[in-house]
Amino acid sequence: MSFPWARVYEPKLPLMRYLDEKLPLPRFVYNAVGAGYPVPRNLNYFWNFGVLAGFALVLQIVTGVVLAMHYAANASVAFNSVEHIMRDVNWGWALRYAHANGASFFFVVIYLHIFRGLFYSSYKAPREMIWLIGVVIFLLLMATAFMGYVLPWGQMSFWGAQVITGLFSAIPLVGEPLQVWLLGGFAPDNAALNRFFSLHYLLPFVIVGCVILHIWALHIPGSSNPTGVEVKSESDTVPFHPYYTAKDGFGLGVFLIIYCVITFFQPNALGHPDNYIPANPLSTPAHIVPEWYFWPFYAILRAFTADFILPAKLWGVLAMFSAILCWFFLPWLDKSPVRSGHYRPLFRKFFLFGLLPAMALLFYCGGAPAEEPFVMLSQLATAYYFLHFLVILPIVSSIERPEPLPYSITEAVLGEDKQAVLGENARPPL
Amino acid sequence: MIRLVGILVGLGFTFVVMLAFVFGAYTAATEGLGEETAESEFHLDPREVHFASDGAFGHWDHQQLQRGYQVYKEVCSACHSMQQVAFRNLAELGYSEGEVKAEAASWQVPGIDPNTGEANLRPGTATDRFPSPYPNSVAAAAANNNAVPPDLSLMAKARHHGPQYIYSLLTGYRDPNTFGVNGESLKAEFPEFTTPAGLHFNPYFPNLNIAMAPPLAAAGQVTYADGTDPTIDQMAQDVAAFLTWTAEPTLIKRKQTGWPVLGFLIFATILAWFAKKQIWAPVKPGNRKDKADRVLEDAGIISSDARAET
Repeated sequence: MSFPWARVYEPKLPLMRYLDEKLPLPRFVYNAVGAGYPVPRNLNYFWNFGVLAGFALVLQIVTGVVLAMHYAANASVAFNSVEHIMRDVNWGWALRYAHANGASFFFVVIYLHIFRGLFYSSYKAPREMIWLIGVVIFLLLMATAFMGYVLPWGQMSFWGAQVITGLFSAIPLVGEPLQVWLLGGFAPDNAALNRFFSLHYLLPFVIVGCVILHIWALHIPGSSNPTGVEVKSESDTVPFHPYYTAKDGFGLGVFLIIYCVITFFQPNALGHPDNYIPANPLSTPAHIVPEWYFWPFYAILRAFTADFILPAKLWGVLAMFSAILCWFFLPWLDKSPVRSGHYRPLFRKFFLFGLLPAMALLFYCGGAPAEEPFVMLSQLATAYYFLHFLVILPIVSSIERPEPLPYSITEAVLGEDKQAVLGENARPPL
Repeated sequence: MIRLVGILVGLGFTFVVMLAFVFGAYTAATEGLGEETAESEFHLDPREVHFASDGAFGHWDHQQLQRGYQVYKEVCSACHSMQQVAFRNLAELGYSEGEVKAEAASWQVPGIDPNTGEANLRPGTATDRFPSPYPNSVAAAAANNNAVPPDLSLMAKARHHGPQYIYSLLTGYRDPNTFGVNGESLKAEFPEFTTPAGLHFNPYFPNLNIAMAPPLAAAGQVTYADGTDPTIDQMAQDVAAFLTWTAEPTLIKRKQTGWPVLGFLIFATILAWFAKKQIWAPVKPGNRKDKADRVLEDAGIISSDARAET
């Protein structure tokens, strides 16, 4: 589906006409990310992160497939095979640093993409399905990243695997057998490493499938925009190509510059030194911390320190999973008819001065040792996190009085002069 | 309905976590925020020290790396292995092929007697890796008061501020009885703090007592071929520089590759910026009015006065 004024693919070369008859793949691409997809003309740079996340996914798959040619998923040689990649494989160091930091940057763009969705309420009807698939992608991404971090079989790999699979042991009755079943043993060992490698190779392609569904679902209502006002006429949109391909090209350049600065000059800054120590089941690191992108959820896990009906550990596990699962219900928790945070004064205050500081605090506390005052800070932030999504959002969206919306995207862009730029009312083009 | 359930669930989690907060705050109010320990109060961060390989334009100082290798060979290798590094890698430190072969042959590596098939020791070849001084970790622990000397290949990456840490640790042995920080004496603050027999006090080590005896005990412990004065400080710096190389032999290549990559990306991004600007110009409100008017004006449809009015 698309808007009626979407440009129609017209193959010019005979070969393309032939292809279009037999397998209209060029037409498909044209309608998906070409001139055949009309997009609101007022998207800001927060709308770049979807394309960047797609780029990061491809980058991870390409570097990962080559790394897998040199890596050995066996507990006795895994650590040394990673060092073999770093030292003896041609450009192996570049591949591995690109992959390890690529994971971090994948999460950077995904978090910004989610932030965009939350602030502009992109999850609202008619785009609930896009949001739901997006949350599924995020969960798959977390699982993939976690298993990838285990593969070098360093100290943090081993103990991270121990702690994260240990979460399942908090489940009553079936917890302990479940953990043993997941690991294929009583502690992380060769069986766990092997299956993690297998799944780490599989899940990215599951993510690719979900991304296709994500984009498919997106093309039914079309992209949202910073005003949250739906597209009304042709003058509200521009074709994806060349307008947004050009804008995404620039965004991609900025992304790659920052990514390459880290990859080439500080490639270990986002990792943990302990992962350069081979896994040793007999020696526990002083502070077991996951990768930085799990810190907020790790902080929520550790914030629950008091037994109340259920054991504290089970509360922590429930809260950690609920912290993400509650996103599934956002389209129905937030009842406001207005999407964009720009026109929702009360929502905006809670979002900018409540949720963002709370998230920042959770990030900080998740990476800090489990000591005071970090535990108390993460408890306050965790309380706000749940209040925000599950209590404040439903109530605020019912009681707040939104600011007046522009009549249309065109009006929002052009102000008082409602002269259209594209379409039949357009001024003469250049 | 969803919202009601959501509010209840949200309040439930908030209640439980605030309960934990109240317990934590009560404990903190009655017992204080965590106890001060000798480790938390008297552990020192690594000292500042600079190497030629530091920074975005770093390079290897081959002279220093060769000196560091000498320190490793004559001092560290008595207890520490370096299994990720092969003798052939020494060519990267500026040794010739012949020197590498001779160097390899001066080490004894585990082999198999071709006549009897029994395990023996043979002179190393360029393709061998640096051997461990102990046959296995049990032997290593037995010889070192139950502490296994760690492999040094990756030490510079396996600790926070690795090269600085190595340098500080090697030069950081102190007498616990007289040690103090900012005028506060360790013994006065923590009279019960002791360094057990077989351990050695070193404030740069996380728990302050390390099993390794001071390896660099006196100046002149090695004799440098290039005439550098082998002070303890110099030897510690040299071996820290050497271990920076063993941890990442591709370090300098990485940084040198980074610059052209960044140069290309910055150039391409500037081009992309202008391309984006040009493509968007006709539909940008400010530009559009201006430019569209200019087109109309050039075509003689409106006058420049009319344009000025708008």
